[in-house]
Amino acid sequence: MSLEVDIRHRLGAFSVEAAFSANKGVTALFGRSGSGKTSLINIIAGLMRPGSGRLAFNGDVLFDGEKRVFVPAHKRRFGYVFQEARLFPHLSVRRNLGYGRWFARRSHSGADFNRIVDLLGVGALLDRAPANLSGGEKQRIAIGRALLSNPRLLLMDEPMAALDEERKAEILPYLERLRDEADIPIIYVSHSVAEVARLATKVIILENGRVSASGDAATILSQPSSTISRREAGVVIDGIVEATDAEHQITVIRAGQAEIRVPDLHAASGKGVRLQIAARDVMLATSRPEGLSALNILPATIIGIGEPAQGMVDIRLDCGDVTIVSRVTTLSRDMLGLHAGKPVYAIIKSVALDL
Amino acid sequence: MDWLALSDAEWTAIRLSLRVSFVAMIVSLPFAIGIAMLLARGRFWGKSVLNGLVHLPLILPPVVTGFLLLILFGKRGPIGAFLAEYTGIVFSFRWTGAALACAVMAFPLMVRSIRLSIEAVDRRLEQAASTLGAGPFWVFLTVTLPLVLPGIIAGMVLAFAKAMGEFGATITFVSNIPGETQTLSSAIYTFTQVPGGDAGAFRLTLISIVISMAALMVSEVLANVAAKKVDAA
Repeated sequence: MSLEVDIRHRLGAFSVEAAFSANKGVTALFGRSGSGKTSLINIIAGLMRPGSGRLAFNGDVLFDGEKRVFVPAHKRRFGYVFQEARLFPHLSVRRNLGYGRWFARRSHSGADFNRIVDLLGVGALLDRAPANLSGGEKQRIAIGRALLSNPRLLLMDEPMAALDEERKAEILPYLERLRDEADIPIIYVSHSVAEVARLATKVIILENGRVSASGDAATILSQPSSTISRREAGVVIDGIVEATDAEHQITVIRAGQAEIRVPDLHAASGKGVRLQIAARDVMLATSRPEGLSALNILPATIIGIGEPAQGMVDIRLDCGDVTIVSRVTTLSRDMLGLHAGKPVYAIIKSVALDL
Repeated sequence: MDWLALSDAEWTAIRLSLRVSFVAMIVSLPFAIGIAMLLARGRFWGKSVLNGLVHLPLILPPVVTGFLLLILFGKRGPIGAFLAEYTGIVFSFRWTGAALACAVMAFPLMVRSIRLSIEAVDRRLEQAASTLGAGPFWVFLTVTLPLVLPGIIAGMVLAFAKAMGEFGATITFVSNIPGETQTLSSAIYTFTQVPGGDAGAFRLTLISIVISMAALMVSEVLANVAAKKVDAA
């Protein structure tokens, strides 16, 4: 299953020109606001007609500028979860969820309905009116409504942007389950590194309407990019849950030869997890520190030192087959005499890795 | 209390008025929804002309509207003759003509009310419906129409009230024939023109106050029910 996108669209002085493909798993369209993410996803959904180009799903042509083909949104069978839930105010939650089922070609069994209601944990809300739901609940219903329309592809446009941190934390696990259990491609628009790091399989970075980088999520998010804000810059690494310390609620994750301790993830051993380690959360020491509360003290070798910017430098470290970036001031660099090849210790507070 | 007892002729005028107003309201409703939709959503050449035409009866003297109807829909009028020939519907000096006059006079109010509520509909909900597989017709039927319902109800009641009170265009177009085109308003007018008609005029005046109040209250109730559903957003 794959979506092939190659479109050009002009909006006044701004233009979007993007070519990429999306397969099973989560493809994140990542970019700052105004980078053309929403235009692009609306074009994919069929809510906007691009100027020229081609759009196809599994060989089924949805738009072809030259041949003047344009399949309207309601015939594409692409589910769409918007930034705001957009629930129908005149229908109950149950009827909102069921709305797309009317139009789905394959009639769904009740089992499907129950499975998705369970997946999203909305069983208790079915007879409520949308007005009486919290933001997080509304968004879960919107996700369920899109899934129950039996889509071939799921589009999500910053589904958590309008939610506060607590609500985000409430929805993220559902999105992860969705990624792991649904076997349709998901296109996820976001400007948050943390969200993308946690959910995406593949990342496409959009800048000024153009694709500036695309590829495997861990690789793309670990590269320096103008789209990733300085505060969020760092690395994304893939690891495996190795053990859980139930008493202290600590999960141990193995990535390469490094063991990283994070607050309890409630995940089974052997489960793959992705960690985002911001460069500003990584400290360096030239000798192994004693009497420190930080749980992660990783022996490392400096691979390279970046260009100083505003008195700070990014230092790339090899921590046993895993690359981590640490940001220190140029003063620290000079005081510690840091240079490529020097052995050091990278120190990361577990608390900074709270997912 | 004898003076409160209604004569047969008065009952006839009341029944006729109710029938004329009701028919005018129901028959013009689909047209009003269509035109309101065009004016709210359409982008076409001549939109302001259409808007002007719809609103014209609001500004023109009712006598002028009645006279224009007479010219167009009279027995020899181009539209009247055509309709009589091919559909058998005759307007001139019939109650149907009174209904047409009332419908034309009430049309701007109905269109305006529906148009405003269509403009208030969040189009993003319609987009959401289309991504869920609903074609334009189903989007209209399952999303737009329910959300516009309070506006439609308000427009219907306004139109009904306007039709109940219509006088000038009706009397010009279909005259004042007891039992055929003599509505409540024309009957009151007739009473005031004869000596000793005051009691009759007063009885019918009371009746029209009661009917108008009842219509307003029904509309309040209906609009509340509809708004409760919609406001649950």
